[in-house]
Amino acid sequence: MDMTVAKKKLGLKEKYKLLTRDLGWEPTYHNKDEVFPYVKYEGIKVHDWEKWEDPFRLTMDAYWKYQAEKERKFYAIIDAHAQNNGHLNITDARYLSALKIFLQAISPGEYCAGKGFARMGREFPGVGTQVACQMQAIDEIRHAQTQIHALSNYNKFYNGFHAFADARDRMWYCTLPRSFFDDAMSAGPFEFMIAIGFSFEYVLTNLLFVPFMSGAAYNGDMATVTFGFSAQSDEARHMTLGLECIKFMLEQDPDNLPIVQNWIDKWFWRGFRLLGVVGTMMDYMLPKRVMSWREAFEIYGIENGGALFKDLARYGIRPPKGWDDAGKALDHMTHQFMLALYQYQFGTAFHSWIPSEEDMAWLSKKYPTTFDKYYRPRWEHIKKLKEAGTPYANMGLAKLCQTCQIPTVFTEPDDPTTLCHREVEYKGETYHFCSDGCQHIFEKEPEKYIQGWLPLAAIFQAPLNGDLGAWMEWVSLADGKDNGDFAGSEDQRNFEAWRNQATSNQ
Amino acid sequence: MQIDLRTVSIKPQRNTFDHLARRFGDKPASRYQEGSYDIQATENLHYRPTWDPDQQIYDASITKIVMKDWYALKDPRQYYYNTYTVARARQQETAEANFSFVESRGLADMLPAEMKEIALRVLVPLRHAAWGANMNNSFICGYGYAAIFTQACMFHAMDNLGIAQYLSRLGLLLGDTEGLNEGKQAWLESDVWQPLRRYVEDCLVVRDPFELFVAQNVALDGLLYPLVYGRVVDGFLSANGASSIAMLTQFMNDWFGETQKWIDAVLKTVAAESEDNRALLREWAGKWGARAAAALLPIVQQALEGNADEAVGEEMAAFKARLAKLGIEI
Ligand SMILES: [Fe+2]
Ligand SMILES: [Fe+2]
Repeated sequence: MDMTVAKKKLGLKEKYKLLTRDLGWEPTYHNKDEVFPYVKYEGIKVHDWEKWEDPFRLTMDAYWKYQAEKERKFYAIIDAHAQNNGHLNITDARYLSALKIFLQAISPGEYCAGKGFARMGREFPGVGTQVACQMQAIDEIRHAQTQIHALSNYNKFYNGFHAFADARDRMWYCTLPRSFFDDAMSAGPFEFMIAIGFSFEYVLTNLLFVPFMSGAAYNGDMATVTFGFSAQSDEARHMTLGLECIKFMLEQDPDNLPIVQNWIDKWFWRGFRLLGVVGTMMDYMLPKRVMSWREAFEIYGIENGGALFKDLARYGIRPPKGWDDAGKALDHMTHQFMLALYQYQFGTAFHSWIPSEEDMAWLSKKYPTTFDKYYRPRWEHIKKLKEAGTPYANMGLAKLCQTCQIPTVFTEPDDPTTLCHREVEYKGETYHFCSDGCQHIFEKEPEKYIQGWLPLAAIFQAPLNGDLGAWMEWVSLADGKDNGDFAGSEDQRNFEAWRNQATSNQ
Repeated sequence: MQIDLRTVSIKPQRNTFDHLARRFGDKPASRYQEGSYDIQATENLHYRPTWDPDQQIYDASITKIVMKDWYALKDPRQYYYNTYTVARARQQETAEANFSFVESRGLADMLPAEMKEIALRVLVPLRHAAWGANMNNSFICGYGYAAIFTQACMFHAMDNLGIAQYLSRLGLLLGDTEGLNEGKQAWLESDVWQPLRRYVEDCLVVRDPFELFVAQNVALDGLLYPLVYGRVVDGFLSANGASSIAMLTQFMNDWFGETQKWIDAVLKTVAAESEDNRALLREWAGKWGARAAAALLPIVQQALEGNADEAVGEEMAAFKARLAKLGIEI
């Protein structure tokens, strides 16, 4: 008998099943709770892991093959970029601030996500889920590394990149992304999936990557464009994983709905605050602008997010609680953020600057109801002080929001002339918040958020005791090089000189 | 916007990132160094895990092994994502070529029936053991300390999955879906496989990442690969007219040879760090090694029969000699 004829023809789905979930088995030498100790305490009920629909079907051989092709292309391009002084192609050196923030704030998060997904790849008792998480784990290691490698050449020529690893752990504004990712890492496996897999990857990733990568393309930064494009097909997989995860939880048991809704509320708001940095970059740091933060949020947040939540409504999910407040903040947040960054520019490892006339004209066109009314006058004032030789700097200790860790610089949702400030007493201590959203998050898990490491408080405690120079050394900030106004900076001078050298005809 | 730039040479302002200059001096760093050192958050961790408040989010003290600097555990292969995937992509090309060579020539059907039967019995249930290895390495990556060590564990986990998938394809090729079903039945119920399944399940409840590294990657795989792929496949099956099986398991052999270099380097560094570490490694490798050898005996007996005892004994001696060279006497 010819065995090859007798063989059953396996469908793709069936074959993938044999190559993945059929590998698993029910343990009998230990009970399942011992093998998977963390899947119950969050209260999510799963009755049948077999119902998990694989979001993509990729066996390891195919994974290695496709990913290696992308890797070869990526490194060929960034090698050429470094060799040909590709950094001189950027519009001008102001653009570098966006990259510095990216490397200090976002790339470490990629690595952290990888570590988190490795844990999920072990902790979920379903092979389909585990394999999808493991692939994301290794992808995220990739993202951290390609980003560091793409930006490594910039570090050789410009300030502000050199201490990204120190900044990640010590720099005050880096606690915004750090506390976000630490929050997810300290959460249980299902919440982690909602935080990173769903909220970050599905709802917010377009808002991070599309503006960032098109900003890079508009501003001549091939290295960043390349890592963005190279990560795109990974991101597509991650998004389908995030979506499958939330649907799976909601389909498994109706009791899961309120838990999931609560996480969506929380992580939408945390994500919205985190992306404020991206918005600020879009509105203020790109010499050549792509679109405003408001426009990006309308397309990728409101339109896409709206469609998504409409789709999830059949499970009983409603849009996140902070959705309306986010909408109200759209016309204000980036301006308030940038003003704050500017006044603390002595302590940032990137440059900020007073927007030029042309910049301000663009901002008033993009923010017709708010910029001229509220923010232009403040920039004009700051400009006057600077021209008079008495530049404005806030050396004081700002109150940090106990949840998102941003100084409380935002205004009331319905009153842009009043700073929004909330307080909660907990066990005899007073905690401060930037918004209702952040206050609510705290109130649901106070024992978690009272642990938050507040970087500005640390400056005034031993061993720094308020010594600014000691603090700068501690965060590896080179005073006069990494920080301060772009105007007159070494980056500005060097870029101009090198670019002239490369474009002149002698 | 692409402007025409003349080639000019500009003097760099610095050679590398601060954290690498502190480690290696002020000179250009390799991509391996840039992608691996100090990229895990270490200070000012915000919250304790809700899943185990006794731990930190990244906690070097989950394992009993103590290292002054976990970044000492460098990988002699210098694998970061790029070099890893490019190496595996090449290997999978070879594996693919081997599979299609066997398939297109109908070599599976030409195998002596008895040898085919033995190959199915010995190899197919191992796809489940490889899945266990995958979960264990995913664990070590997730809870181990320092990117330089844990990224290699993630690569290892993905390799374990790849091997489970190659074994599944081998099972399908030789025995169709029944081949896989019978293998799974054996894994779950047959006396031959219970000691190994018990070993793997015992590993799944070990939550010291470095003990797990020893139990899975050092002890179990250190004996399983030479015994199964060396002795049974390349030795016994090939000598009995079933050498085409060896083509289907070439990936595993090459992989074992390559990854052993990394594992040995890790062990050597950890053992050299302190007498306490060395004692732990001796205890773990001794305990898990003896269990692994006992669990593998009935499995290889299916092929080697009366010679199995001797084969296991010899591989155990080789395993001990390998560890002794690394400073770990068991
Ligand atoms: Fe990513
Ligand atoms: Fe906040």
